[in-house]
Parts: sequence; structure tokens; C-alpha cells
Amino acid sequence: MSMTPVPTPGEDFMAAGEPGQDLAVEQVSDVETPDQWWQVIWSSKKARVGVIVLAVYVLVAVFAPFIAPHDPLDGSFPPLAEPSSTNWLGTTTSGQDIASQLIYGSRISLLVGLFGGLFATIIATVVGLISGYAEGTILDDVLSFVTNVFIVIPIFPLILTLVAYSEVRGVWLIVAVVSITSWAGAARAKRAQIITLRNRDFVTAAKFSGEGTWRIVFREIMPNMSSLVLASFVGAATGAIAAEAGLAALGLGDSRTVSWGTMLYQSNAQGAIAQGLWLWVFAPGLVLAILMTATTFINFGVDLLSNPHLREDA
Amino acid sequence: MIYFARKFGFFLATLWAVITLNFFIPRLQPGDPAEIIVKRLAGKDSALDQAQVEAMRAMLGTPTDSLWHQYVSYLSELVHGNFGLSYTYYPFPVTEVIAQAFWWTVVLVAIVQVLSFAGGVVLGAYAAWRRNSRFDSVVTLGSTFLGTLQPFWIGLLLLYVFGYTLGWFPTSGGYEESTPGWNWAFIQEAVSHAFLPAVALLIVTPIGWILGMRNTMIMNLGEDYIRLAKAKGLPDRTVALKYAARNALLPSVTGFALALGGVLGGAILVETVFDYPGLGRLMGEALQQKDYPLLQALMLLTAVGVLIANLVADLLYGVLDPRARRAEG
Repeated sequence: MSMTPVPTPGEDFMAAGEPGQDLAVEQVSDVETPDQWWQVIWSSKKARVGVIVLAVYVLVAVFAPFIAPHDPLDGSFPPLAEPSSTNWLGTTTSGQDIASQLIYGSRISLLVGLFGGLFATIIATVVGLISGYAEGTILDDVLSFVTNVFIVIPIFPLILTLVAYSEVRGVWLIVAVVSITSWAGAARAKRAQIITLRNRDFVTAAKFSGEGTWRIVFREIMPNMSSLVLASFVGAATGAIAAEAGLAALGLGDSRTVSWGTMLYQSNAQGAIAQGLWLWVFAPGLVLAILMTATTFINFGVDLLSNPHLREDA
Repeated sequence: MIYFARKFGFFLATLWAVITLNFFIPRLQPGDPAEIIVKRLAGKDSALDQAQVEAMRAMLGTPTDSLWHQYVSYLSELVHGNFGLSYTYYPFPVTEVIAQAFWWTVVLVAIVQVLSFAGGVVLGAYAAWRRNSRFDSVVTLGSTFLGTLQPFWIGLLLLYVFGYTLGWFPTSGGYEESTPGWNWAFIQEAVSHAFLPAVALLIVTPIGWILGMRNTMIMNLGEDYIRLAKAKGLPDRTVALKYAARNALLPSVTGFALALGGVLGGAILVETVFDYPGLGRLMGEALQQKDYPLLQALMLLTAVGVLIANLVADLLYGVLDPRARRAEG
């Protein structure tokens, strides 16, 4: 995500979508010490919690080999062991260490979140900006129609069907399928936003100075929408993490890697619940929910960027 | 009138798009899916009905034909309601397999959808009316966390606590010994089997309504007509319910169809966890067995269901809100 630190007063003015009024006054007083975008996010208590939790997850994922006590696929422990000092959360039916699986599993979720979110955001941004900038033309009609179709179609069954036909299994398949199916809502939001921006003076100035359309859309206008782009990235990443878990829990993940979704699939397939092995089920679902709550909290902070009126409450 | 025609036109266009997407998905793969399926079918039963092979070919394509020709025969099979044979439930046609599971999911999802709409809208409206109160922060923060839980995971935990440990509810299936139909024994069994799956979905599904309703209501509460109503000395209750909530409810109507897609998606995993005999479990099975005809028919059915719901919501919105008709008409 290339979040270039745009001076925020200008951005606020554009993003608020309410020209004139009280904003002009604020702008003058703010020009001296513009808050950096990360300062704004940090000012929200929820976003702060989210950032810290996410940082912990990232550290765990990066240093998994040092933190995890065992190899997650090593099945040499006694099966169905109770939690102990060797196996913190006990073992699976095939004698694998649940705690180590949990630690390594964070890698898949973060990877899918990062790249699924990134690719979905790229598609959403390109489609949304082009269709909004070309509002009223046939190009816009076509892109808007495609966007609306993807908004209305139930995404999860579509993802399942696409994955089912693929002969390869794996993280990158999931990233690809999630990206091409879940960009539409964000594209519509960006289209709406660029329509409010494209007739501003700075755009007209850029046109008269002879800049090309591509450059106007992506270099002149897009930086004014960076908070919206960031928000849609975080949202798409959260969705991608959830989709990976759901797909893997249905047995459509990569059986050679360990993710929280494959853990849930294994525990369900091995009848963990019926045998009372609730930790095996409980742990992956909980760490997943905490990660997704953290990213959702971060978006509370990102919302402050695009809507300065919210900042007084925070 | 133009508003309604436009909405209906969009419905037809999306319907066409979904059907066409469904046509192209199997063809994105290298190789010939029909060939694989025909071979698998032939392996199960040597006396393979030639007409069924033809139907399969029509749905999934004969590689020698032109794409256009394949598309036309695919459409013609669809019009005739011919979706081929399921090969998990060979030799039953896909349509029959789906018909068996259909009502289980429709009843479950309808109850979940209606309850989450009603509950979510009420909670969201009250949270907005008491904005920044303790109730509001509990609801907002609680919703954010609960919204990230996976319904199937909640289902597994419910199954552990109320199914296996406490034994209050059955752990799988849709009914026990009764004969399905309108008899008391069956209805009792069906309700007790559907209870936990419904709860698993209901913990997550109202969240969107709660947050959406809260946001719209907060926006509406800042409007002049609310200030006027308060200045006139109308009781709080009237202002909250008849003025603010009534107007805030409008955007929720169009969200109805989109939420339906989410509930159906969640039901796939939840039904699989509870071994509930509906469309979701069927889809899970079709995935594991690579039962492509069944899978594609289910995908199409789900998408068309959501499209119809969306059309109804759009039309209803036009009736409820004259501004929408005028703006787009």
C-alpha cells in the first residue's frame, strides 16, 4: 500500500465532500502543523489497540520458527495429549502440536490478508476511478454494470465454485479467487468519490496544462482519496482472511500447509468436538476473530482520515 | 414507472450475466470437464444413459463444437430445467437432489434473515437514540467483535456445549424417526435440529443491520425535521420511532438482498458442521466429491435467489420512497 504522506488539510477538504462551510476556517489554522496520517489513526483508541494487536500477530508470524516449540507437521507426539509443558495446547489426533500449528497458521492468514487485500484494492481502484472519471460514457456504463453484478452475486458460493474447478490447491489460488470476486463494493465507493472530485479546480488546471487522463486520474486525483483506498484495503484484507478460513475449513485449503482454516477442517474431520477436544477447535477460531477485530478497529482510525467530523468524538 | 422498468432491466441483465458466468467457469480450466465427468459416470454404472451423457455434454461442452454452439445448447438445457445427473447421488438428476434439500435451507435462512433484520434494526435504532451511552458502546464494540466470528466456528462450540456436553439438542441431521410432512412429531424434531444452526447464524447475521441502522439513524437525527419535531414538543418516543427510525429504515430495505447472500454463504459451512440436510451441506458435499453438475446448479440457484430478492427489495424501495422513483426516473 503506497500511502504517500499527503498533507492532510487538503485531503480533508477533498474527502469531506462538503465544499465551503466551516472547513475553510479549519484549514487555515491547520496548515502550520498538519497531522500526519498515522498520527490521525493513532489518535483513535480503538485503532491504537488494533495496530498493537496486529503488530503482535505480524511478529509472531515472522518469528514463528523461533517462537513455536515444535514443527507444526511433526506427528511424533502422543496423540490426544492434554495441554502440558511440552504441548501447551495439547496434541491432535495424529500427534501434532496444536500450539505450534496455531503459531505457524498466522503466516497464512496474514499472507492471504495482505495480498488478497492488495489485489482486490488494485482492481477496485482501477475500475472505480476509471468508471467514475468517465461518468456518463459507455465505458462507465459497462464498468458500473460489471461492478453491480459482482455486488449482487453471492460471493462465497462463487468463490467455492471457482476453487472447485481448479486442479491446483494452495494459498495463491485462494488469494487470486478472493481478489477477483471481492472488489466490487470498494469500486462503487471510489466511483462515487471521484465523481465529486473530478470537476474541482485542480483537475481542470491539470487538464489545461496538458496532462494525460491516466496521469490526472492516478497522480492528481487518487492521492486525495488515499484514506478511502486505505480503508478499502483494510476491509478487503479482513474479508480475504475470513474467506481463506472458510475455504480451508471446507477442506479446500492446501493440505501441506498449516492455517487456522485447515486446523478447523482437520479438527472437524477427526471429530474433535465429539471427543471433547474443544481446544483444538476453540483456539484457531479465537485467534482468527481477534485478528479480524484488530483490522476492523484499525479501520475506525482510517475513517477519521476521511471524515474529520468524527475526530472530535475520538 | 421508468424506475421500475430500469430495475427490472437490471434484474434481467444480471440474470444473463450470472448464467453466462456459470457457463464460462468450467471452461476456464484446461481440459474437458465433461469428459472427466462422463468417464466418472461411466465408471459407476456401465449402462450409462446416452441421453444423460448428451445433457452433460450440453451443460459442460463438447470440445469440438464452437463456443457459440455450446452456449446455445447450454441455454436450451437450462430452459428445459435439465441440469444433468448428480454423481454423488447417481443416478438421480440434480434437480431432484436439490428439491429434497431445498425447503430445509429456505425455512432456516428465512427465519434467520427475518429475525436478524428485526433484531438488528431495533438494536441499531436504540443505540443511535442513546448515542454514546453505555448501551451504545456495548452494542457497537460487541457487534464489531461478534461480526468477525465465523458462524461455523460458533456452531462447533454450540455443538460441543449444548449438543455433546449438555445433550440438550441433537448433534446432526434434520429429523429422527418421524415422517417428514405436516405432523406434530416431525415439526418438533425439525425445530430442535434447526435450533443450534439458526443460533450459530443469528449471532453474526444481525451485525450488519445493527451498525447500518445506527449510522443512518444518527445521520437522520441531525436533520432539521427532527429538530422541528422536538421543538413542537412531540414526545421522545414519537420522534424516535415515527420520525427518525421510520426514515432510517429505508436504506435497510435494499440491504436485504445483499444480506441474504451473506446468510446463504454462512449456511454452507454451518449446515456442513451440523450435518443439516439443506442446500449448504449439499454444496459442501458437491465440493468434496467434485460433483460439478450439482455444484453448478447450486451456484446458479443461490445466485438467482439473491437476484430475485434484490429485485423485490428494489421495487419495494421504489414504492416506499417516492424520491428514489423521481431521482432515477
